[in-house]
Amino acid sequence: MSASLEKGIHALKEVIDAPIASYFESCVHCGLCAEACLFHTETGDPKYTPIHKLEPLRRVYEQEYTLLGRLKKMVGLSKPVTDAELDQWQELVYDSCTLCGRCSLVCPVGNDIVYMVRKFREGMAVSGHVPDGIRSATKRTVELGGPMGLKWPAVANVLKHVEENTGLKVPVDQAGADYLVLLSSMEIVNYPEYIEALAKIFRKAGISFTLASDAYEATNAGIQIGSSDLAKVIVSRIVDAAEKLKVKNVLSPECGHAYMAIRWEGPNLVGRPFGFKVVHVLELLDELRQKGVLKMKDKLKDPLILHDPCQIVRRGGVLQAPEPLIQQVAENYIPIADKQKLNWCCGGGGGASAIHTEAAEALRAKAFRIKKRQIEEAGVDTMVTFCANCRITIEEGFDHYEMNTKLLGLTELLAEHLED
Amino acid sequence: MNELEFLTWTRGPGLDIAVGIFLLGVLWRLIEIYTLGRKKDLAAPRHAAGASGLHTVFRRSLPPPGMLKRSPVSYIGGYIFHIGLAIIVFLGAPHILLIQNLVGLSWPSLPSQFIGLTAVVTMAAMVVMLADRINKPVKRFLSTFEDWFTWAVTFLPVLTGWMATQHLLLPYTQMLALHILSAEILLVVLPFSKLFHGFTLFGSRWYNGRVNAHKGVPV
Repeated sequence: MSASLEKGIHALKEVIDAPIASYFESCVHCGLCAEACLFHTETGDPKYTPIHKLEPLRRVYEQEYTLLGRLKKMVGLSKPVTDAELDQWQELVYDSCTLCGRCSLVCPVGNDIVYMVRKFREGMAVSGHVPDGIRSATKRTVELGGPMGLKWPAVANVLKHVEENTGLKVPVDQAGADYLVLLSSMEIVNYPEYIEALAKIFRKAGISFTLASDAYEATNAGIQIGSSDLAKVIVSRIVDAAEKLKVKNVLSPECGHAYMAIRWEGPNLVGRPFGFKVVHVLELLDELRQKGVLKMKDKLKDPLILHDPCQIVRRGGVLQAPEPLIQQVAENYIPIADKQKLNWCCGGGGGASAIHTEAAEALRAKAFRIKKRQIEEAGVDTMVTFCANCRITIEEGFDHYEMNTKLLGLTELLAEHLED
Repeated sequence: MNELEFLTWTRGPGLDIAVGIFLLGVLWRLIEIYTLGRKKDLAAPRHAAGASGLHTVFRRSLPPPGMLKRSPVSYIGGYIFHIGLAIIVFLGAPHILLIQNLVGLSWPSLPSQFIGLTAVVTMAAMVVMLADRINKPVKRFLSTFEDWFTWAVTFLPVLTGWMATQHLLLPYTQMLALHILSAEILLVVLPFSKLFHGFTLFGSRWYNGRVNAHKGVPV
């Protein structure tokens, strides 16, 4: 057994807990989870059945933690997990799983399958069975500060443009602010309008905010690759900055996995509860809406549907804010059948959008057909969402299928129609 | 061993052994699984109505929105044979009598004709489920020896019990002995196979509900 495989198996043994044991014991191979997974529904390939993606982890559980499994192992009746097998599973654990968690919502015996995939990735990461795209994004985040290799001078430059465009000051490293604003690289590079929108809304609401020059990046590729050690390094930057600046709240950007990383995994990674509150930008906006601060000068007339990002809504618990916010700014919002916690993933979450092999991209395009169908069935030309990564993936899908659908970011849309 | 001795063995020592393995097995498996524990979630919880472990234990008994249409055979067939098995095991007169002899508790039974009809419907549903497992690519792909074996181990007690009461194929005493033996095999196999989901599904639903309730998501 290679040293890396040994470490990987050890990591798998470490992550197995009572819930995972209970889940494996409960599975009756009914296959209903496949019906909830867009990689199966759009390809029809049974290998994409969510519970099957965990087969090596199941065998480690059986062989290490059950009496019968240990007996079978002793007499040589069990099949050990090998490097070749984990290599084969890489596609199932990364390319074709976005950690969207829809399977966990439908399993009749109650298995939280995405909980297990997230833990399985710990062993995959340690044993080196990780797609290059996610590996290099993680490396850049740890070494340079963000998955795109963006450094502070570039961010400061973007902020300067934001100040010029809005005529508003964007405070940096200001102690005692109400909110420490986090960004994702994608927003800094592709959607700087998000920062302009925030600056406008904060001024209107009379809330103080700051950015931190040593903790501006909220995304956490460590979570996507499945390495708690790296995820901890990345999240600690934010925790340290928030505590140094003594801010009351940390504002997560729209980005889904960023929110998951700082809000839900963060305290567990650093091993203690935070002394500050973590708020998703939509939660703040909805609070302002309820206070009557978020008034619109006019509304968007185009009929549109909402794409609920998995990590913010189904997996993040921001369930109630998006709909009232979209209704605040859109006159013709059309609720779709599978919305809110039942939404279908864009196909690019969980690090999948960072995998640029031909096969992974072709699979993503196939999986995107479910979003295409939702748009066509609703008969709209506009879709609104609130995750930078979803936006990139969806734009790629639109390009692939040559669709003329418009994709808008919710926070920017609100800022655009905000009363002056 | 003649047929009477065989029947006497299945009703005596055979039953004791099977019930003993079943009880110890269940206890051992529950300890094996649930003493693994889990880490405390240190993130500040979010509270939401309808989100808790207990909510999910009950909610998962019904198909989530859209799922019944996607897999009607799994749901309808699944309901019929699970409810059918429960009716036969817990409301059939001879079974209540057996439970009374073992633990002293008893309750009213359903008429034997009704139990017979339930057995037929249950077996039909199980055959449909088996056909679905063979036909559906996902189910066939997931299936291992254990899936076919546990199906047979569950089906046989229903079949032999029904055949004994209908006096089919073999004399009553022989069929009854086979029925008891098959039920004993089921008892022995249950804790060590996927049939154990009958116990763990409550824990699984509870964990899933609890973990997601911490984030304010009713699942």
